[in-house]
This record gives sequence, structure tokens and C-alpha cells, in this order.
Amino acid sequence: MSQFIAFISGVIFAVGLAIGGMTQPHKVLAFLDLFGKWDASLAFVMGGAIAVYMPIYWLARRRLGGRLQLPAAQRPDRRLLVGAAMFGVGWGLVGYCPGPALVSLSTLTRPALIFGAAMLAGMFLHGRLGRR
Amino acid sequence: MHGFTPISSALGGALIGLASALLLLFNGRVAGVSGIVGGLTSGHADRGWRAAFLAGLLVGGFVLVSMMPAAFLPSARASWPLLVVGGLLVGYGTRMGSGCTSGHGVCGLSRLSSRSLAATLTFMGTGFATVYVVRHLLA
Repeated sequence: MSQFIAFISGVIFAVGLAIGGMTQPHKVLAFLDLFGKWDASLAFVMGGAIAVYMPIYWLARRRLGGRLQLPAAQRPDRRLLVGAAMFGVGWGLVGYCPGPALVSLSTLTRPALIFGAAMLAGMFLHGRLGRR
Repeated sequence: MHGFTPISSALGGALIGLASALLLLFNGRVAGVSGIVGGLTSGHADRGWRAAFLAGLLVGGFVLVSMMPAAFLPSARASWPLLVVGGLLVGYGTRMGSGCTSGHGVCGLSRLSSRSLAATLTFMGTGFATVYVVRHLLA
């Protein structure tokens, strides 16, 4: 059951990314180009997602409480900030964040395959070297 | 190119919120793409649902590529060394920073997590700065 739900969630997630414009690197870069011809569209993706998720999360927390597996860490630390900074640079260089990068593998185009392989290698590398 | 698309973007965002809510309500999990997939590369015990979510993303992708190919065009224009560097940074950085646009930007901000707010401001900030440097300083 949990695997079926996860699969359906993945499919809907992919559709949302594509409709929202997140799988078009030029659109992502136009969103990140604050000082050029700024395209604010992708702020609406985040806004739309939070508008749906936030009320459901707070209701679920009251109803399900301990059955939710939420991140334990509370305060920002150096690892969090350095990692996020690295992610932002990679995002700004190419225009893919992890979800769209994975969905775009299906295009079987060279850029998507190279980026996706490098991203998975980066994740793997962190699993090997990154623990302190 | 296509310009401002607030309606389709908000609709797409709502679907992402819905997908994330399903994972929360039925599985009790945070829908962070980098965390879900990263868990597969680092030998977590609970691989089943992670693999299923990834399969959903990929199957969804294949259907979308045939139904709405324009959603993937044009593909990234970066040269291959830049693609490799960018991919490594995104992969390593999201694992080190415990999340990406979905886990921090959507789920974390909705939970009012101070860590996710700090992470989101940071990756947005370095993203803006990177595009500024590439497009306006180097170009």
C-alpha cells in the first residue's frame, strides 16, 4: 500500500513539475535572473504547492501526530548552509533541481542524461565521503 | 520565450502540494526528492517506497514526454563540463544540506522550519548570484 501511494505521488509530482514549468531549464534560469528579464512564474509553483500542502500538514499534525516521520534537526548549522549554497550554484549554472532533473531523464536527451548522472554521482559521493 | 505563466505554474505547484500531501497522509513522510532518492544511494533500510516514488517520477516523465513534449523544451543549454559540475553540486549539495526545492522549499517552509527557511534563502541566494555572474558579469 505505501509503495502504491508513493508511486502515485511520484507520478502526480512529475505532472506538477512539468505543468508548472520546472522542467524547462531556460524558464528556471529566467526566474533566477533577478537583474535581467525576470520571469516570476516559478514563485507561483512554490506558492501553489505551499497553499495546498501547508493546511494539510497542520491538520495532519494534529490528527496523526507521532505517526509522521519529520526531520529531527531544529537549528540551521554550517553543513546545512554550505550544502544549500552548493546546491544553489549548481541550480543556477544549469537550471535543474533534483525533481525536474529526474523527470527529464525520460527525454533521453544528452544534457538531461549527463546532468542526471552527475547529480546521482554527487549524491552517492556524499553518502561515501560526506559523513563528517 | 514563453513569458509569464502564473496560472499554469500555480496549478503545477498545487499538484506538487497534492502529491506531497499524499505521501504525508498515507506514508507519514516528507516529500523531499533529494532525500528520497539520496536514501536509495546511501543504503537506507526502507527502500521500497523510495524506489516506488522514483519509479513514479520516471514513468510520469515518459508519459509527459510523449503527451506534452513542449514542457521539456528546449533542453538545458550548458556545455557538458558545466552539466557535470552543476550535477555534482546539486547532488552533493542537496545531500549535505538535507534537502532541495521540494523538501526545504515546499514541505519545510509549510512546517515553518527555521532550518528550511535558512536553506531556501541560501540556495535561492546563491542561485540568483550564479545567474547574475554568468549572465551579467561574464557574458
